[in-house]
Amino acid sequence: MLLVLPIVLPMATAIVLQLIPHRVRLSRALAFAGALGILTTALALLVRVDRNGIQVLQVGGWPAPFGITLVADVFSALLLVMVGIIGAAVTATSFSGVDPRREATGYHALIHVLLMGVSGAFLTGDIFNLYVWFEVMLIASFVLMALHRTPAQLQAAFTYVALNLLASAVLLTAIGLLYGQAGTLNLADLARVWPERRTAGLDSALAMLFLTAFGIKAALFPLFFWLPASYHTPPAAIGALFAGLLTKVGVYALIRISTLLFRDGGTILYPLVVVLSATTMVVGLVAATGQRDFRRVLSFNLVGHIGFTTVGLGLFTPLALAGSILYVVHHMLVITSLFLVSGLFLRMRRTTDLAALGGLYRTQPAVAALAMIPLFSLAGVPPLSGFIAKLAIVTAAIEVRSYGLAFIALAVSLLTLLSMARSWEEAFWKPAPQGTPAAPIGRGLLAPILTLAILTLALTVGAEPVFDRCRRAAAQLLHPDEYIHAVLAR
Amino acid sequence: MELLLAVVAGVLYATGFYLLLRRRMAQLIIGLGLLANGSNVLIFTAAGLTRSRPPIVVAHAPAAAASFADPVPQALILTSIVIGFGVTAFTLVLARRVHASSATDDIDEIAAGRS
Repeated sequence: MLLVLPIVLPMATAIVLQLIPHRVRLSRALAFAGALGILTTALALLVRVDRNGIQVLQVGGWPAPFGITLVADVFSALLLVMVGIIGAAVTATSFSGVDPRREATGYHALIHVLLMGVSGAFLTGDIFNLYVWFEVMLIASFVLMALHRTPAQLQAAFTYVALNLLASAVLLTAIGLLYGQAGTLNLADLARVWPERRTAGLDSALAMLFLTAFGIKAALFPLFFWLPASYHTPPAAIGALFAGLLTKVGVYALIRISTLLFRDGGTILYPLVVVLSATTMVVGLVAATGQRDFRRVLSFNLVGHIGFTTVGLGLFTPLALAGSILYVVHHMLVITSLFLVSGLFLRMRRTTDLAALGGLYRTQPAVAALAMIPLFSLAGVPPLSGFIAKLAIVTAAIEVRSYGLAFIALAVSLLTLLSMARSWEEAFWKPAPQGTPAAPIGRGLLAPILTLAILTLALTVGAEPVFDRCRRAAAQLLHPDEYIHAVLAR
Repeated sequence: MELLLAVVAGVLYATGFYLLLRRRMAQLIIGLGLLANGSNVLIFTAAGLTRSRPPIVVAHAPAAAASFADPVPQALILTSIVIGFGVTAFTLVLARRVHASSATDDIDEIAAGRS
């Protein structure tokens, strides 16, 4: 029962929101309550997974390989908690950050449709159902992307739509070929029968198709160019939602499908993932240092740090995968709050161009101090949460003697620090250019950033219990027998 | 029959990708549509073709051991056609909006106009 709630709650919220257009106050309260509802059920689910192991629900009472199964292991439950947190933070920001006319006509409903798609993708135990949740999530994001209908937004949305539809077609191709050979769509059943039914050629072809499809969605090198071309155009709240959630669904799907289907690591997949992750880090961060617009700096940082979230899969050791999972959690918090900070710039100065910003330390010292937490956490400055996740990944890389990778990870962290320190310096420290009016910012925009910053600090202080869960999640992923037994009840 | 459908799927993929690489929005959208149909034919063919054996059990008749046509791929294709229809409709409206705001159908010119 608990397993359907993260999907049914946002669906119900979206439907009710559509029924009460123009009741702005009521729909705000409802949207926020709906997001908190996802967070509550996700936390309850995490507790239950902690106590009783993997939770399974056979939808409609159809037994496992025939019907659609919902599964929650530690990895899914952790990410669902993040969906709740980000959903609530973004909804709260939207109250004062989005055009009121759009807000009155379906904006919050679309956000909840998107949250439903993301939750569904995290929970499903059926590969075709995964594709459907991807589409639910994408269609909501398409509309949100083009929401304000400025020319720049429409063009960015077109790029975004075209590339994501291409990724969906590739995913569908892979699913079709997989079903043709394996005769089942249930992930646990696939994990059981695939080692017997696979052929070497098809195995590699499928690995590459899945890598391409999820690589586009996760924005891995060389498939990431759509992201920096589009993420800086929508309103900051929507940018934050996309940056926090959408690419991570691609990462999640890549990790989930790979660990279930390609368990022995006999394919070229894992070495390739390591190379692509390292290249993503380098290319993303080198490009970020050359950007002049804060939101574009963030977009390239987002891309670069996706490398950290996939490299653990490539290394395929428990510590590396746990590090990457912790990195996903940390990165979701931090990149969301950074995109929200860019919303503050938009509100105060109507631009995120770093050259036109400046002097904010003088007028808004509290904001300057607050912005330092996500900025330096992204760079992995000790003892902030980014440091702990990076430490795990670097240690894991050294354990398997990938010294080059460890070096790249550290060098990229340095580049991130450079890019973040420069952004802070340009936005807050340097004197303001002549004649820049500073509009005041309300508490409504600051409160979500403050909450996320506190959660980032909490993730630093309470890293031990979270990292324990990441280790459990990694163990469950690397030894999927528990997953298979739980779903197929054998 | 498998060979024929495999060739059809291949041709659909090839033309789809070719159109995706063109510079005009309209061709890009047609390309995406062809690609989606290519993957539908592929799902249908890859799952194996069984002629004139619908998966229907007649009451009181002895259950035939012979292989039936698998209904699952058809359900998958139906789902993906519906999704594809909705997404294509949205893309067309979006393309119309882009065209209205930049007065061209050429993707390179649209990108150049933005910067």
